[in-house]
Amino acid sequence: MTTITSPIKVRKKPNVAAHVFLVILIVYFLLPLWWLFVASTKDPQGLFTGTGGALWFDKNFNLLANIQELVTYKGGIYFRWLGNSALYSLLGGVGATVLAVLAGYGFAKFAFKGRDFSFAILLGSVMVPLTALVIPTFMLMSQLHLTNTIWAVILPSLLSPFGVYLMRVYAADAVPDELLDAARVDGSGELRTFFTVALPLMRPAVVTVLLLSVVGTWNNYFLPLAVLSDQNLYPVTVGLGGWQALAASNNGGGTSLYTLIVVGSLISIIPLVIAFLSLQKYWQGGLSLGALK
Amino acid sequence: MTHPAAVLRAPSRRRNLRRPWIGWLFIAPFGAIFLVFLVAPLAYAFYLSLFSKGLATGTIFAGAGNYIKAFTDPEFLSGIWFVIRFAVILIPIQMAVSLAAALVLDALTTRLSRFARLAIFVPYAIPAVVGTLMWGFLYSPTFGPLTDLFKVVNQSAPEILSSGNIFGGLMNIVVWQWAGYYMIIIYAALRGIDPSIYEAARIDGATPRQIALRIKVPMISSAMALILVFALIGTLQFFTEPQVLRPISNGSITSSFTPNIYAFDLAFRFSQFNYASTISFSLGIVVFIAVYIFLFASRKRRGGLS
Repeated sequence: MTTITSPIKVRKKPNVAAHVFLVILIVYFLLPLWWLFVASTKDPQGLFTGTGGALWFDKNFNLLANIQELVTYKGGIYFRWLGNSALYSLLGGVGATVLAVLAGYGFAKFAFKGRDFSFAILLGSVMVPLTALVIPTFMLMSQLHLTNTIWAVILPSLLSPFGVYLMRVYAADAVPDELLDAARVDGSGELRTFFTVALPLMRPAVVTVLLLSVVGTWNNYFLPLAVLSDQNLYPVTVGLGGWQALAASNNGGGTSLYTLIVVGSLISIIPLVIAFLSLQKYWQGGLSLGALK
Repeated sequence: MTHPAAVLRAPSRRRNLRRPWIGWLFIAPFGAIFLVFLVAPLAYAFYLSLFSKGLATGTIFAGAGNYIKAFTDPEFLSGIWFVIRFAVILIPIQMAVSLAAALVLDALTTRLSRFARLAIFVPYAIPAVVGTLMWGFLYSPTFGPLTDLFKVVNQSAPEILSSGNIFGGLMNIVVWQWAGYYMIIIYAALRGIDPSIYEAARIDGATPRQIALRIKVPMISSAMALILVFALIGTLQFFTEPQVLRPISNGSITSSFTPNIYAFDLAFRFSQFNYASTISFSLGIVVFIAVYIFLFASRKRRGGLS
């Protein structure tokens, strides 16, 4: 208040440098996306020998034709993959969130024998690299004849120790014990207390955990790659990766496959980018939950 | 600080202790998944790793044999060595980029800074497979801008996917993919600092740079520790990016490039499931120990504060 003039003077110079720095960062982080959009509008020839170079449009604007080819290629298998991704990430993400919310609330708000010990185990399991579990999980599932089914992707995706940790941290602060006690005194059962009193208070953390686990499942590659062999069950990540390997292995013959990979990549990132842009106010605060403790 | 709350909390604790099963009931669904998809695979992998299977011998008990083989296997060790080197070089760069971005974004409230925050974060929402595909195209002399770019200075474009450059090529992809996520975590922690501290420092004559380095950075050390652990766990289990680049890398990404790729190839190309389990289990142990050592060391160092 008293130093109204001096901070402005001090800040004026670094502001230019700071803005230049930000512009460089924006260019770097958006460059691949710009390339992807531009490349999606090119026909196979344009992709290889475009008139405008790699970072500008070709003379032919071929985006709609590319999408059309994607729709018809192999009976529209790409959109099947996209649907699978949506199914896996919704069921896996929602399921993981439900489990994490219940367990986090249980850890935060109930005192019982073995609580501290089991929470210590949970914290330790956050350090276990989940991909090291993929091959053992595959072998366990093949014993149970579950490989090559949607459950082989969805069920392991329900495991989110970090989500439980976040929910516990959040519930411990956001849900006052007095409120729970008041509800109990009024004769509310534990489940009803949870749904009507605790859950609404935990909403910001619930959205964060939901977003994290949906993104985690949507982006997952190793697990579905290992447990699925039927192309019709692939999520979009495994499908596109397979096309890439195919296109690379028969160089010239894979020419038109490259346009499908490019336009397929573009379409596959749209749903999550939109989800993040529209849910900004939730995740911007929520993602730091774990860090504040 | 917790004492008054603890006193208030006492009655509910007592009530719950009378019915201890309610707490377990809330945890049970997650507990079941935890047992089936974390404990059981680990136990099964450990069990499998104790046996070896040969065409002539059939399945025989090998004891620690597979582990002795793994930790003297040059292919496994070179993979471990690669991910450790990768982590040691990548993580400081990644933290520097995300910290610098977060500090600048915290100091500015312009329209450009709001847009930059989103632009830097967007790669997090993009699957690693797609991110890697895009950078693979950008690196390619055919599809990418490098050939045209280097033509301007009469040079031929570098082969980023060659065995000499692949390290940097992969590092760039990972920084691009994750820096925004870490930046958001740091940024949110910075927003949580009481601004009156800056005012006090300014009155004492601190420059903006001093405020950033001497006040802001120390105050967000727990956020930095969290992302360091994330980055360490993520890097040591490196799989998707090199696996996706592999078909176009002309052999510079080998079948034992990282431990996870090695385990994947052993299992699905060579059907050596016992040895693949050993590699997976060993990787899990290496990561667990690495993270534990880091947490222990950082807790000891910050012990006086917390």
